[in-house]
Order: sequence, then structure tokens, then C-alpha cells
Amino acid sequence: MGPEFEFYTRLNLPVLLGVKARTVPELLDRLRSAPEASIYYHTHRFLQQHHYLSPEPPNDFAFWVTGSLGLDALGEQLASVDTVKFRTLTSLQRRFVEILEAHGRENRSPAPASPEGEEFYFLSCRTFILPTRLKARDLAEFLSVLKTVSINSIYFHMFEARLRLERGENDFSNWFEGLGRKELAVDVARLDPYTMTLESLRKTLIRKVERYVAD
Amino acid sequence: MSRIDDYAPIVGASSIGELRLLAERLEGRTIQNINSTAVGGGVAEILLRMLPLLQDLGVKARWDVIKGDERFFHVTKKMHNALHGVPEQFSPEDWEFFVEVNRRNAGVLADKADIVFVHDPQPIALVENKKRKGGSWIWRCHIDFTAPLPAVWSFLQNYIGAYDAAVFSAPAFSRPLAIPQVLISPSIDPLSDKNKDLAEEEVAAVCARFGLDRERPIIAQISRFDYLKDPLGVIRAYKLVKEYIDCQLVLAGGGATDDPEGAKVLEEVRTEADKDPDVFVLFLPPASDLEINALQRAATIILQKSLREGFGLTVSEALWKAKPVIASAVGGIPLQVAHKYSGILTHSVEGTAYWMKQLLNAPEYASRLGANGREHVRTNFLITRHIRDYLLLFLSLAHKKDIVFL
Repeated sequence: MGPEFEFYTRLNLPVLLGVKARTVPELLDRLRSAPEASIYYHTHRFLQQHHYLSPEPPNDFAFWVTGSLGLDALGEQLASVDTVKFRTLTSLQRRFVEILEAHGRENRSPAPASPEGEEFYFLSCRTFILPTRLKARDLAEFLSVLKTVSINSIYFHMFEARLRLERGENDFSNWFEGLGRKELAVDVARLDPYTMTLESLRKTLIRKVERYVAD
Repeated sequence: MSRIDDYAPIVGASSIGELRLLAERLEGRTIQNINSTAVGGGVAEILLRMLPLLQDLGVKARWDVIKGDERFFHVTKKMHNALHGVPEQFSPEDWEFFVEVNRRNAGVLADKADIVFVHDPQPIALVENKKRKGGSWIWRCHIDFTAPLPAVWSFLQNYIGAYDAAVFSAPAFSRPLAIPQVLISPSIDPLSDKNKDLAEEEVAAVCARFGLDRERPIIAQISRFDYLKDPLGVIRAYKLVKEYIDCQLVLAGGGATDDPEGAKVLEEVRTEADKDPDVFVLFLPPASDLEINALQRAATIILQKSLREGFGLTVSEALWKAKPVIASAVGGIPLQVAHKYSGILTHSVEGTAYWMKQLLNAPEYASRLGANGREHVRTNFLITRHIRDYLLLFLSLAHKKDIVFL
């Protein structure tokens, strides 16, 4: 019998920073000094708020640049930032800054401004992490909890643990590896959870684990 | 009265479990809500539903209402308008009287509370008592703060700065402030009379009572009679549509005890509607939630053509009934409606009329908008999410870091 897996959940309280941008240069300026929690919020908000919507809209920066400034090419570049590849929020922030800096160098014409009421508002979040009291000692118990645990718990172990707490890999894969289920660990680690809704992520995980429970 | 577990079939048992986990961590702390009206308007409505649920979760929450006379509510109505950018004039006596009424109401603070949760500008000056009473103080703004008149903003700013945190309903309402600002959207209660499922016979009975014809499309706007809800603009949009489609218009709503302007607006709307038998102006008494529910369910399309809006919860009410909604892109409405995905956002009378025609002629698309809207509300605008945010807000007062392990 391996170590127990304890399911945690995480709940976010959105915080208003009182800072806004009307143009790309303003977005770049504010983005450089934005706190990590703000980068996190703006790259993960859609996952949580529109989790019935597939494919999800991209990060907030891309959504705003395309929708409110009409800069489709820049929006596409920002949308294609592969969040799953970044291990820290600082490196993710740097990537957005680089894209906006390059856009500034290549575009000498006056920057378009958003219409009134459609400015980009910088937000951040306070994140509260707490144990759900649900535990699993083996894959069968894990599967049973996975089917009913809150979507916030799955979100925490797949997204938050890896990028925000910088644990390297998602918590599920780490635990599978400890159980000696390396293949399952790799299988789950290879998922790009950013390209599916949270409920379809749950279903995919259930399917993968079911295969190994039957072994 | 609903219990918190009654919501499990709607939002999932795990979501209710999370609320219990949070509530346990607030054990022993008392929360006092203070506002200026016990009936009518969104704030009273939310508090009426939320308090019993917080108590059911084991949170010691209570609610007190400050008292004011006609003169006080006249000043606060002017403040309300001015915060929405309407040019209002204030005399030094207005400000003095406002503060005086707040001081007269200091008695509401007689019992000790660990967290004092003050709603909207009317009781804002109670914070003068913070040092004496102790505890953490939160100011909750339910109003559109996008473009407040400078005089009102500078008056309120002095008081807001004395709180420990401020809460706004939409990102655009945040202002540069030295205190933490939190974003919490309001919510609707899916089990309230206004939102619970109704049998078709109940809907039909309400329509029959008001003389509505179910065979023809019904366009409805459910709102207080207030200039900022633009009921006259709604009638103009309806007239543009009526040239092509034989439809009916329902303007239904009540009034709040702190809104002396309502009667005047209602009169103007009645005058405008008098010439058309297919326009139904329904002034409903406070206990008309079932009628409102039925009217929303009977509607083919629901409008919210506000000029300014705090949040516009009537939009979430309509979306929860899976209705196609056409609403103005003001205040908190864009948070509830993703244009062309979970509803339609418009900016003018003509735009509203254009989309009314489009949706009446494309019922399948209209129904898809409604279905998406209902899911969006389930995730983001039900009372359970609101309770969760409040619990987090209360807990946040004792923690300073971005990531908190509870």
C-alpha cells in the first residue's frame, strides 16, 4: 500500500487592483509590474468561469487585444502562448512582455485605444487552499473520489499545484508515480488541461485511471 | 425557508461541502450587515435570502437597517444618481444632514460584531464609530461607480478610506484606493419564488390575469420604474419592432421605499403606453415574486435596456429561465452576457429593436442563447457562489498573503 492521496480544494477571491490599460503600450507597462497572482488570474479565469464552454476563450490579454482593440494578429500571438509549458508565473509573465515588446518595435503607427467602458482592468486573486477530508489509499479509492470531488479540487491538483505552487508536475501524476504507476503518471502529465473544459478534464482523468484500476 | 442542502441538486453536493468547510473556519465570529431598506431593491432581496443560509451554515450573521426620513432619502437618491454620473446639485446642508442621520443611527451598532458589513452609501458614515466599536469594517458598493460626479466621490472617499476593505460588483467600478478592493458579483436565488421552477398552469394563470395573449410573442422588461432603466426607450424599441411583428410588451416592476422618484417615472410610462393596448404597464406590489417569475417564463425575449446599472440582476434571473436576453452593455451586464453567446448586448434603442426582430425570427438561435446563459448563471451568479465569496472575504480579513492555507 502506497502513501495516501489527500484531496485539497482551492477557492479564489478576485481582487481589484485599481489599474487599467487603454492601449497596448499601457498594457505592457502595467503587465511588467503586475504581481504574479494577477498573471495567474488573467491566464486562468476563463477556465473557471466558463467551464461549460469549449473551446474556451484564451487568456484575458489575448481576449482584450482582439475584442476591444481589434488587433487580431497580436491577439493570436498572445492566445497561442502555451501555458502548460511554463513552470513558473514569472516566466509566463516574461513571455507576454516579450510579445508585447516585439509588437511595439514592429508597429510604429499610433496605438489604437479601447472604446470607453472596454478598458483592460487588472485583477488579481487571493487563493484559499483547504483539505476536503477526502482521501484515497489506492487507485480504486482515488477513482471513486475523482467522480464526485468538487471541480475546484481537480483544478487545484492539475493547475494550481504545478504552476502556482511550483511543484514541477501535477499532484495526481506525482502520486501515481509514488504508487509505482509510472505509465499512468506520464499519461496524465502529458495532458494539456488548458485545451479542455474542467468537466471534460474530469472525464478524461476518470477514463485513464479506470484503465489502470482494471489491471 | 430554504436550507443550504436544498441547493445540492442544483450546484452539486461538493460545492455545498466547500461552503461548510469555509464556514467552520469562521466559527465564533459575528457578522453584522447594515443597509437602508428592508424591502425592495436588490440589496434587501439578497440579504433576505442570504442571512438564513449563512446561519444554516453555522455563521453568526445578522442584519440591521438604518432609519431615515424623506429628506434623507431624497439626498441619498441624489447621491445615487450622481454616482451614476447624473448632474445633481448638493448644498452643504445636504451633506451635513446625511452625516447627521448616520450619527443618529449609531444605535444599530449597540451589539458587538467582529465584522461590520455596510451596504451602499446610505449608512457609509457609520464607520466614524469604527475606533470605538472595534472589529473589521467592510464597505460593499452595489452601485455602478464608473463615472461618479467628483463632488460625491470626494465626499464618499473620505469614508471609504476608513474601512478595512471595499467590495465592488464589476471591475470598472474599482477606484484608486489605499484599502484592498474585492470583486464580488451579486447573485440570484434559484429556489426563491422569483426563480424557482413553475408549472405551466401557474404561468398561464398569471398571463390570463394580466390579459396577455400567449399566442403572440411577449417582450418583457422587469425592472423598477426608474429613468436609469430607460422604460421609455424600451417602448420606443418595441414600436420599431411592432411595425413588422405583431408582439406585446410587458413593463413590470415595483418600487423601493428609498426611491421617491418611482411614481413620476411610472406616470410618464403610463402616458406613453396609453395609446397601445399591447403594451402592459404593471406596477407590482412587493410580494409579487411569483408573478414576476411567471411573466419572465411567459416572455419570448427579455430586455434590460438600462442606461446605467449596478449589476442588473434581472438579467441573471432571465438567463436562469433560459430566456434569450437583450441588454445594454452597462454596469455588470457584460459580466452576465457574453455577446452572441449567452445573450445580446446593445447600445441603443435601434440596436435593441434590430436584435428583437432577429431573435423573434430565429427562435432556434434565441433558444441556444438562453441555454448557454442558464449554464453561465449556474456557474457564476447563483447565491451559493455569492455565499462562498462572502465567506472568503470574511476569512481574508485575517490573512494577508496571496496564497492562504486554511
